[in-house]
Amino acid sequence: MKQLVILSGKGGTGKTSVTAAFAHLASQGPLADRILLADADVDAANLELVLQPRRLDTQPFRGGQVAVINEDTCVHCGDCESVCRFDAIIETDGRWTIDPIACDGCAACVYQCPTDSIAMQEQTVGECARSDSRYGPLHHAHLSPGQENSGKLVTQVRQRARQQALDEQRQVVIVDGPPGIGCPVIAAVSGADLALLVTEPTVSGIHDLRRALQTVQHFGVPALVCINKADVYPAGAREIEADCAAQGIPTVGRIPFDLTVASAMVAGEAVTLYRPDAPASLALSALWARVLPFLLEAPA
Amino acid sequence: MMQIVIASGKGGTGKTTVATSLAQVAAERGAVRFLDCDVEAPNAALFLHPVLETHRDVGIRVPRVDAQACTYCGKCAEVCQFHAIAVVGKKVLVFDDLCHGCGSCTWHCPEQAISEHLAVTGVIDSGTTPEGIAFAQGVMNVGQTMGVPILRELKQWTPATGDAPPSTSLRASGALEIRDAPPGASCPVVETMRGADFALLVTEPTPFGLHDLKQVAAIAHDLGIPAGVVINRDGIGDAAVGTWCADRGLPILLRIPMERRIAEAIASGQTLVDAVPDYRVGFQELLERIVAGVNP
Repeated sequence: MKQLVILSGKGGTGKTSVTAAFAHLASQGPLADRILLADADVDAANLELVLQPRRLDTQPFRGGQVAVINEDTCVHCGDCESVCRFDAIIETDGRWTIDPIACDGCAACVYQCPTDSIAMQEQTVGECARSDSRYGPLHHAHLSPGQENSGKLVTQVRQRARQQALDEQRQVVIVDGPPGIGCPVIAAVSGADLALLVTEPTVSGIHDLRRALQTVQHFGVPALVCINKADVYPAGAREIEADCAAQGIPTVGRIPFDLTVASAMVAGEAVTLYRPDAPASLALSALWARVLPFLLEAPA
Repeated sequence: MMQIVIASGKGGTGKTTVATSLAQVAAERGAVRFLDCDVEAPNAALFLHPVLETHRDVGIRVPRVDAQACTYCGKCAEVCQFHAIAVVGKKVLVFDDLCHGCGSCTWHCPEQAISEHLAVTGVIDSGTTPEGIAFAQGVMNVGQTMGVPILRELKQWTPATGDAPPSTSLRASGALEIRDAPPGASCPVVETMRGADFALLVTEPTPFGLHDLKQVAAIAHDLGIPAGVVINRDGIGDAAVGTWCADRGLPILLRIPMERRIAEAIASGQTLVDAVPDYRVGFQELLERIVAGVNP
């Protein structure tokens, strides 16, 4: 079983559209009925908008804890505020309350309170779901807006996906990753077999691709690069290819700018299904054909 | 000082495009401070070209235990919620990567055997742009997981002193702060938005854009921050974003049409108002509406 994670650094370069196209294309070839999908972008989970899955089960996700003051026993000394480094304890007219959004869950105030009036309360901050989609099982999650621990939730999604893939002897897990290079990205990439970085030839895309590649390499995961909207700024596309060649990273695809991708999103379909002969669809099919051998090869 | 945060939920909708052009037109009417809060993927400097003269290491204050004073009582490990400190026999182990820098172990050590030192997780670069915009960005080091401590430091940055809390004189002036937020809707976005006077939400009229706009609009609502919407790449996708905004009473303050020449100019590193000066008026009006809305 191999895990392919789709990343980008910069957001909005087309990770989810590529993932959806791969899911569709995989269902047509040697991996038909042998793939499983995971959406690891838990605070902007969009893969299900394209796959329109049927949900089989949903479990609450318990994230961190927040401190809560018991008003009945609080003596309003303010000691709690003095130890909080997150500006989460707010005094109004001699009464102290805790801002659950600012609270980091460190419990320093709990141990400081002379009357034991503060307790930690576990928070349900999202949900983790297992679904069936037209291209295979989907593991996905939603983090409630503004919550912490997105990395922990990503790890949970990936573990559940991996377990089902092993149980059902599915050959490939395709993971739609989050943007950036931080906690959820690290949770999405660590232990993956291959990363495909979807970038765009813009100054921002190039800058963020470099940081994303460093992150992927930091975790020892082999990388491939594909350039989306490649014709918008050809000089940028050449810079990316030269950069990647110098580092020995294969550039495996160039997808042209094509508004069909947005139309497919509105229709709730993979672009390769929505209009197979659109320029973007043809490029995505060629891209998949170049990625597929990396997933079929026996582990080195 | 009025603080405007530019957020989106979905990545790549044009946060930095809007933030940089807004900063340029704002700089024509008064002092502007720009904070690039996307510490994982900071891009605003590529468009505003600040001369970044100052670089300050930032990170988390992690514990160091004085072995002479430590009695291995285990209180530090007991109070730590993040399993960042453990006592094993006559040894105290500290895991810097897990530490949140909360100080709980330091406060609660009965022997006062714990001191703190900075574990560097990133840097704050600062300087001035050619238009005179005071500019600072947080850049998280590759391999690090927590951007929020860097953001907290970044929000404290002032052009005058480099690292002291904002002075009252600057707060009282008519100056403007523009914060370019990261994508998503989790803790770094909340930290960027916290304390802002207005949230400008940049979206695109697609199902992905709308889904993620809802997430970030919910954060603005929970934080009690008034919000308005910019629809970028107007003309692609469908009309659902406009309908949802109307239902929610969220004003659409600007529409930027899908035009290939805009995409090409931004790809090459130009700001929108530099590439298409016709948009200058639109951004000036946008700014006036935000300022008037917040200070009626």
